[in-house]
Amino acid sequence: MASSMLSLASASASASASASLSLQENLKGKVKLGSVHFTSCLPGKTNSIIKANHFGRISMSVALNASRFEGIAMAPPDPILGVSEAFRADTDEKKLNLGVGAYRTEELHPYVLKVVKKAEQLMLERGENKEYLPIEGLAAFNKATAELLLGADNPVIKESRIATVQGLSGTGSLRLAAALVERYFPGSKVLLSSPTWGNHKNIFNDAGVPWSEYRYYDPKTVGLDFEGMIADIKAAPDGSFILLHGCAHNPTGIDPTPEQWEKIADVIHEKNHIAFFDVAYQGFASGSLDEDASSVRLFAARGMELIVAQSYSKNLGLYAERIGAINVVCSSAEAASRVKSQLKRLARPMYSNPPVHGARVVANVVGDPALFGEWKAEMEMMAGRIKNVRQKLYDSLMAKDKSGKDWSFILKQIGMFSFTGLNKAQSDNMTNKWHVYMTKDGRISLAGLSLAKCEYLADAIMDSYHNVS
Amino acid sequence: MDSQGSSFDHVVRAPEDPILGVTVAYNKDQSPVKLNLGVGAYRTEEGKPLVLNVVRQAEHSLVNDKARVKEYLPIVGLAEFNKLSAKLIFGSDSSAIQDNRVVTVQCLSGTGSLRVGGEFLAKHYHERTIYIPAPTWGNHPKVFTLAGLSVKTYRYYDPSTRGLDFQGLLEDLNSTPSGAIILFHACAHNPTGVDPTLEQWGQIRQLIRSRGLLPFFDSAYQGFASGSLDADAQSVRMFASDGGECVVAQSYAKNMGLYGERVGALSIVCKTADVAGRVESQVKLVIRPMYSNPPIHGASIVAAILKDRDLYNEWTIELKAMADRIISMRYQLFEALQARGTPGDWSHIIKQIGMFTFTGLNTEQVAFMTKEYHIYMTSDGRISMAGLSSRTVPHLADAIHAAVTKAA
Repeated sequence: MASSMLSLASASASASASASLSLQENLKGKVKLGSVHFTSCLPGKTNSIIKANHFGRISMSVALNASRFEGIAMAPPDPILGVSEAFRADTDEKKLNLGVGAYRTEELHPYVLKVVKKAEQLMLERGENKEYLPIEGLAAFNKATAELLLGADNPVIKESRIATVQGLSGTGSLRLAAALVERYFPGSKVLLSSPTWGNHKNIFNDAGVPWSEYRYYDPKTVGLDFEGMIADIKAAPDGSFILLHGCAHNPTGIDPTPEQWEKIADVIHEKNHIAFFDVAYQGFASGSLDEDASSVRLFAARGMELIVAQSYSKNLGLYAERIGAINVVCSSAEAASRVKSQLKRLARPMYSNPPVHGARVVANVVGDPALFGEWKAEMEMMAGRIKNVRQKLYDSLMAKDKSGKDWSFILKQIGMFSFTGLNKAQSDNMTNKWHVYMTKDGRISLAGLSLAKCEYLADAIMDSYHNVS
Repeated sequence: MDSQGSSFDHVVRAPEDPILGVTVAYNKDQSPVKLNLGVGAYRTEEGKPLVLNVVRQAEHSLVNDKARVKEYLPIVGLAEFNKLSAKLIFGSDSSAIQDNRVVTVQCLSGTGSLRVGGEFLAKHYHERTIYIPAPTWGNHPKVFTLAGLSVKTYRYYDPSTRGLDFQGLLEDLNSTPSGAIILFHACAHNPTGVDPTLEQWGQIRQLIRSRGLLPFFDSAYQGFASGSLDADAQSVRMFASDGGECVVAQSYAKNMGLYGERVGALSIVCKTADVAGRVESQVKLVIRPMYSNPPIHGASIVAAILKDRDLYNEWTIELKAMADRIISMRYQLFEALQARGTPGDWSHIIKQIGMFTFTGLNTEQVAFMTKEYHIYMTSDGRISMAGLSSRTVPHLADAIHAAVTKAA
């Protein structure tokens, strides 16, 4: 918490700017002076209305130019989104942005899906209004998204045992669920994989939900530390929430096998935990919507209650429209109805009701058989391009690297990202020497890589891996 | 199926939102004479929702622009939108803007801007209490409480005069802890429609500055209240131009009819550009774990309109037409009640400003009107004039007359 600090400099703006700089320096590592209230006095006015000694603090009159926000420090850039900012600032022509997970074509251009353009044209022709959506979002979207996740003929849907609320893409949906956990399961912990998407921790921190980590990535095998994962889930207090990536784990790209999913479900059931899925890549990982939902469907088929956050940022390329959903699968329709009412109660003081545009696009694409079929084809194309790039990168590395290092993890990992195993210093070298932008945990977004740039990237990785420690 | 029962058994059913729930109830009603005067969404004389012509034009251009992409916006939103929004509320000649002292970030309409602003203040401001007027928009206390602030009230509405309790307001703002945050409605106070005069705003400003209080403006009706964008921004501009700091939440839901697109902006006017830079960086840390970055569609429409002179001018004309229709409804309702000889002084209907009228009807009378006349409104007696038409005024006047003469 920032204290408001006294600016003892002179009244001129420039002086207060430099004074604020020195105050900043002083604040680093030093004991804070404690909050000081001050009031600014208009000359000639009596101070009878100014109360002194409020809460035992001294009220002082100072010059009018002290900011109430003086003590606020500059926050660091976001570790993921900040990468794109840095990339934009780089003028080198060889620069490559492998930071944020946004799909690029082979020409490294952003891609708006054809079905999205068609849907938007349809919407324009229809001339629909822009009235507030209900708090829970567009009904047609909510129906479509639940069916996409579980399959339209899934008993959960037929029995109305799912509470679905449109959310602000993945982040917003996770945040609503986190708020629900905080309110209705106070003290319950969420377990996050180590590593996980960088923003997960921020979301649970801001929602006031305690978290801890379960082992996941094994750097020795560049694979899943399954024993560690199961042990940590078992060791958690009963009734914890276990955050699982539905497919295409971010950042590692390493997913459990179907057999491993069964065992994960076993231990979650045994400990009365609640599985909490983050599904940001349905259809994008393998190219098949159904296959990528198999982990969630496995749990649902076992009659387990679940929380599932969905995003349409990647699979429908609707990044900036912020469209997703939070789903809670319950053991009864009645429970689902109550849970939905409470999710609404959390959304209302956050943003009142969600944005309509992206929801209509999704509802139109999923609701029209022709568009839906076209969507599936475009998704296969995108997922296919990434698989091709993985292959080319692997081939380039194996051709260049005579050290015997096994780069095959690049082929085994799934989804948009590859966890290269590069450490922070090596990742910095990628950026500073080679103008390759990536996150400091060694994650690269293959969606931002073209076949044409694979050789260059392989050179950069080779140099960073072998010559930098 | 799991026989253990549900992990969610203890989750009770939440009641419907008091404001949005009115529409839910209205939708269920089968009566042909039903009237929805609940939520503040503009309706035409034909009782239909309105998409502004300039909005349709802008949207057509955007959707047909082949170069347009859907890449993530920055956390703070569309830069062009932010600049134009700041100019709209603070004035294009604002010295605070010229001095780079204003942080403006795109947020999800008014609610989202209030929430992000509230969370920022709860994290970084030393006085974590916000004072809201009594009464105020029903969602305000919830927004600020969940943001982490404690919420108190100051006197505002005087039921005996159906006007502003100015003395009470001054006394209460004089008794807050120094540095407290004070929420103001920039214009067209919701639900009362009672605004301070410019002279009163001047006195409020002096009090705020002398006590070092932090003003937080909710501006949801700029241009909609009087029909003039500049007139409706005067209260905010008075504070933004005196060298002091303030926080402003803007919404484009009503004045651009972009309700469902969720377009708004949060501005924080800081003492110096250096402070503004640091504040912006911290506001980003509030937004990222809430929804990462804001939705592009609505903000692009607003930016397209604000930056094009012809579209902007057309917008001001459409805006004035909406404001004028509402003012006309006020006079029609007032005259209808006069004609019926409805007991009481109903002049507040024409004195109040903006979308709503605080009728002064009590909950029993409201319930009566809903049951017998299928009039849907919030239980505090607030009616949305935007939902009225010349055709439906007589029905409402009949209902009010009956409620006042028959019900408690």
